[in-house]
Amino acid sequence: MDAILLQILNGLDKGSAYALIALGLTLIFGTLGVVNFAHGALFMIGAFCAVTLQRILNLSYEEIDPTQTDFLGNPLVVKVPYVQAWFGPEMGGSIIDWSVPLAILFAIPVMIFVGFAMERGLIKHFYKRPHADQILVTFGLAIVLQEVVKYFYGANPIPTGAPEAFRGSFDFGVLLGFDPNAIIYPYWRLIYFAFAAVIIGGVFSFLQFTTFGMVVRAGMADRETVGLLGINIDKRFTFMFGLAAAVAGLAGVMYAPINSPNYHMGMDFLVLSFVVVVVGGMGSLPGAVAAGFLLGILESFASMNEIKSIIPGIDQIIIYVVAIIILLTRPRGLMGRKGVMED
Amino acid sequence: MFGLNKKDTSLLLVVAVLTLFAPFILNPFPTESGLAQFNAGYPDLMQRFVIFGIFAVGFNILFGLTGYLSFGHAAFLGVGSYSAVWMFKLLSMNVIPAIILSVIVAGLFALLIGFVSLRRSGIYFSILTLAFAQMSFNLAYSVLTPITNGETGLQLTLDDPRILGVSATADGSIPVTSLFGLEMRSTYEMAVAGWNFQFSAGYYLCAIIMLVSFYIAVRIFRSPFGLMLRAVKCNQNRMRYTGLNTRPYTLAAFVISGMYAGLAGGLMASMDPLAGAERMQWTASGEVVLMTILGGAGTLIGPVLGAGFIKYFENIFSKINDNVLHQWFGFLPDGIEDFVVFIIHPFIGKGWHLTLGILFMLVVIYLPGGLVEGGQRISRLFKKNKSSDDGAAAKTTPAE
Amino acid sequence: MSKMDVTRRGVLKTGAVAGGGLMLPTYLRAAGHEGFTNAPTGSTVTLGFNVPQTGPYADEGADELRAYELAVEHLNGGGDGGMLNTFSSKALEGNGILGKKVEYVTGDTQTKSDAARASAKSMIEKDGAVMITGGSSSGVAVAVQGLCQEAGVIFMAGLTHSNDTTGKDKKANGFRHFFNGYMSGAALAPVLADVYGTDRKAYHLTADYTWGWTQQESIAAATEALGWETVNNVLTPLAATDFSSYIAPVLNSGADVLVLNHYGGNMVNSLTNAVQFGLREKEINGKNFEIVVPLFSRLMARGAGANIKGILGSTNWHWSLQDEGTKTFVKSFGTKYGFPPSQAAHTCYVQTLLYADAVARAGSFNPCAVVEALEGFEFDGLGNGPTLYRAEDHQCFKDVLVVRGKENPTSEFDLLEVVQVTPRAQVEYAPDHPMFAGGALGTCNPGA
Repeated sequence: MDAILLQILNGLDKGSAYALIALGLTLIFGTLGVVNFAHGALFMIGAFCAVTLQRILNLSYEEIDPTQTDFLGNPLVVKVPYVQAWFGPEMGGSIIDWSVPLAILFAIPVMIFVGFAMERGLIKHFYKRPHADQILVTFGLAIVLQEVVKYFYGANPIPTGAPEAFRGSFDFGVLLGFDPNAIIYPYWRLIYFAFAAVIIGGVFSFLQFTTFGMVVRAGMADRETVGLLGINIDKRFTFMFGLAAAVAGLAGVMYAPINSPNYHMGMDFLVLSFVVVVVGGMGSLPGAVAAGFLLGILESFASMNEIKSIIPGIDQIIIYVVAIIILLTRPRGLMGRKGVMED
Repeated sequence: MFGLNKKDTSLLLVVAVLTLFAPFILNPFPTESGLAQFNAGYPDLMQRFVIFGIFAVGFNILFGLTGYLSFGHAAFLGVGSYSAVWMFKLLSMNVIPAIILSVIVAGLFALLIGFVSLRRSGIYFSILTLAFAQMSFNLAYSVLTPITNGETGLQLTLDDPRILGVSATADGSIPVTSLFGLEMRSTYEMAVAGWNFQFSAGYYLCAIIMLVSFYIAVRIFRSPFGLMLRAVKCNQNRMRYTGLNTRPYTLAAFVISGMYAGLAGGLMASMDPLAGAERMQWTASGEVVLMTILGGAGTLIGPVLGAGFIKYFENIFSKINDNVLHQWFGFLPDGIEDFVVFIIHPFIGKGWHLTLGILFMLVVIYLPGGLVEGGQRISRLFKKNKSSDDGAAAKTTPAE
Repeated sequence: MSKMDVTRRGVLKTGAVAGGGLMLPTYLRAAGHEGFTNAPTGSTVTLGFNVPQTGPYADEGADELRAYELAVEHLNGGGDGGMLNTFSSKALEGNGILGKKVEYVTGDTQTKSDAARASAKSMIEKDGAVMITGGSSSGVAVAVQGLCQEAGVIFMAGLTHSNDTTGKDKKANGFRHFFNGYMSGAALAPVLADVYGTDRKAYHLTADYTWGWTQQESIAAATEALGWETVNNVLTPLAATDFSSYIAPVLNSGADVLVLNHYGGNMVNSLTNAVQFGLREKEINGKNFEIVVPLFSRLMARGAGANIKGILGSTNWHWSLQDEGTKTFVKSFGTKYGFPPSQAAHTCYVQTLLYADAVARAGSFNPCAVVEALEGFEFDGLGNGPTLYRAEDHQCFKDVLVVRGKENPTSEFDLLEVVQVTPRAQVEYAPDHPMFAGGALGTCNPGA
């Protein structure tokens, strides 16, 4: 029982990352009709916003410590971050420690800018082109973005820790009357889940309860008619692209402490997030979110020893097996609309 | 000729001449010159050009004609490779049975996957094929290791129980693949005034098979069957309303293109008897999609060009390093030399992905029809120049 | 139709002219000379450095490449000569190899066996490389080793830790200086028993591919021999990025040690996740919960940041060793590049020197002569103390380091501290040990 609860928790956590990425992907597809293979790269750029802010906060001047030597036997050069010099080691240290949460503020403008630049500079010219062209050009862009990041940050993962206060884990088991240590879960992953819930709720209520959102939804349903009503739908769509980029970017920032960011993390998520979107149904926001959580939970269950011992290797293929079963029983995924991307 | 119209015949002949003289064409620079780095006329890369050409031509039969975008075609290539290597291990080192088996197995595998996946269309079809291919890859890498040898890839060993032929040669090494005794790796080298041309038996086998498969593809494109497939791409619903069941046609196209992929896989294993699981990864499937679109989907020659383009970058650009750059630009003054090398550095060697990504974008943005459209534009440009020249000449003549 | 005739005639004509012109100076390059593939004919000899330049191991590949460039510089008499000064064999004189200047070509393995073979083939077929070296995974090493055997060139493996490289997939033309899974187990187990006690229950997470399996097998066997119990061994997909669902059940299993048989990105993520779950603050069975990473790489450990502090593992070599060879190498590498070399860089540098030395001692580039010179070769002064290249399986036998993540690193390179230098005798095994059985070296192949 506790093992199952634990894996549900795990699945919700995994699912929240999938859902956030799939949400942005579906926003772009639903509004602009563009298949964006560079969406994983946006997620990656988000994570590197956290890395960059951490680097900026760690900008240092060098002091020579004659009591210690470096590997060549020269006096050791010690780096002291300016932040620590200005605010004192205590205060400066905690500013650096909080770099990931601070990076959220840093990432929002950066990601919206990246989104606008992408849409105006490139995607705009591809609205009327076939989906194959869109895939190719955004895939090319994804490669370029990740190679640029690799050029500046290297190929190795870069540790980007959560603030000291959020390290360690929370014992759910005790709360529910199980033995201690039966169900423990890291604080930061719980925060990630809550964060994802807030973002998803925010996007939905934005689309549901604001006039802007109403127009966008109308545009998703019938772009031409909305245009005929004299509404500049293009401008709003550009904004939606920025929003989708910001969602992907924030998902990336918050993900940085979970796994150290590296330049190919976007590609690692790309295929998976497409599977999630398609299983949810092309163009359906609730579908994308539901599919994200569903696949996350099933993936967690499949990695349980009890299940692996019955079907070896099931955790390697579970996502694809589920995708195949769902697509064969529900032709347009969980909540897809008819006629979208079917030809 | 060969039941083709004039245009197709000349296309086929051009392709034939290009492939047969590839060892010359791809080796334009003398061996000792700095530009020899750009030579692609060595057996392995030439083999790769034509093998991936076959792969892409086959993919185009499905994608170019029916519009069904399969994202899992690499699985058939991988299955083909595994069958071929198993044939070498168990039956004989002759490439013919290996290639035949790889085509058959890939065909059966394609029949199975196609039968399921073709129940859906559009992106749902793409994701179904992707799912099957990723499953094959993941399993081949881990659980199926007894069959696939996992991470390392399936290789020949000294104690393979080969029925026809020996497990190990007299001098204690593994026998090599051959075509009735003609070793695939045997290469005739010809040195001419600084050039060094290599004629490899394996390459010519691949080239001939590529020409045959290209010819078959041309026939399919021009046949009533091909027309039917194009109709599927145009409007499948309308076809259904006329009472036609399109599924058998699309399935046939899927199986044929799967067999092409299997053939490519079998040939790869015949040239180099190793089958790695990475051949089935989604990136490999994505690569053939890129080749086809980059070259020009739906055209005959496009996929071959696209395949050549990508393989060239992968193999040539990744091998240029700073050392080579310094040799090239050694004639410049020191400061400028370093600056030039510094500018080019991110795009070569470990940066070849970056160059490839930028080129993808440029091609898609400026040449919506792929490289074929680029070629057409250039030829149109020439024709225009020519006709204006002619016009000028025509004008001047009467004045004399 | 008439138009086509013209083309055909044109083709024939061109063909005839071309053929006629080419007839005159035709000869076969390889066969005409010393009877082996790519026999160097001019004043230079070309080596092929095949390292990952793209993909997750690109940084490791870049470090290997730096080491190769340094080795070439030293072989050609440039720089301070590096380990040529401390190497016990004095056959190399700093004038290239056998008087031929050393040149090199580089390629990208992409950490895929296919791409690695393509790259190695182009070096052999196009650039005339007489030796291929490099790589940063066992799959690639085994694949390229097989290719080199067929082509008739020498393969000097880079970073490859799987037992199979010199076990069931060993080849006569291939040599490995790096240590292997068995040695990791044999070196690490006594230290683990020492530090954590002999009454421990271990939970293994293992990357689900060949290297992971051999590593797990080796560690489990070595620790069980000292009294540990292996509670469970869970295979994790290679493509996994988030290990939470594999780590969450660990605390409930009754185990008090977690062994992570992962490398590279997998290792960074699984270790980070394990620390996140607070495993190391827990007490199980009245003992502090511990994590072990059997194969440590400083380069990769950087990605895990503070999470590696206090964690035990093994490594082939570390720059903080105090023998003369290591000190000289670290000095020349550090002076040239500004930071200390990784273990991958060390093994690649040493392999290049060993190859060059074997050629010099054999007096020939012929692979069979090189194989003969390397087999059973005893040397010293290249770090790791006295070392033997065993003839039976072409594996180097030398001291193995047990290391621990440093609590107070002074720089981003100073992440590991050496706990113990396990003597060579303790990690030796018989060539027909069951974990290495099933393959045959075959005979050396000089190619053409």
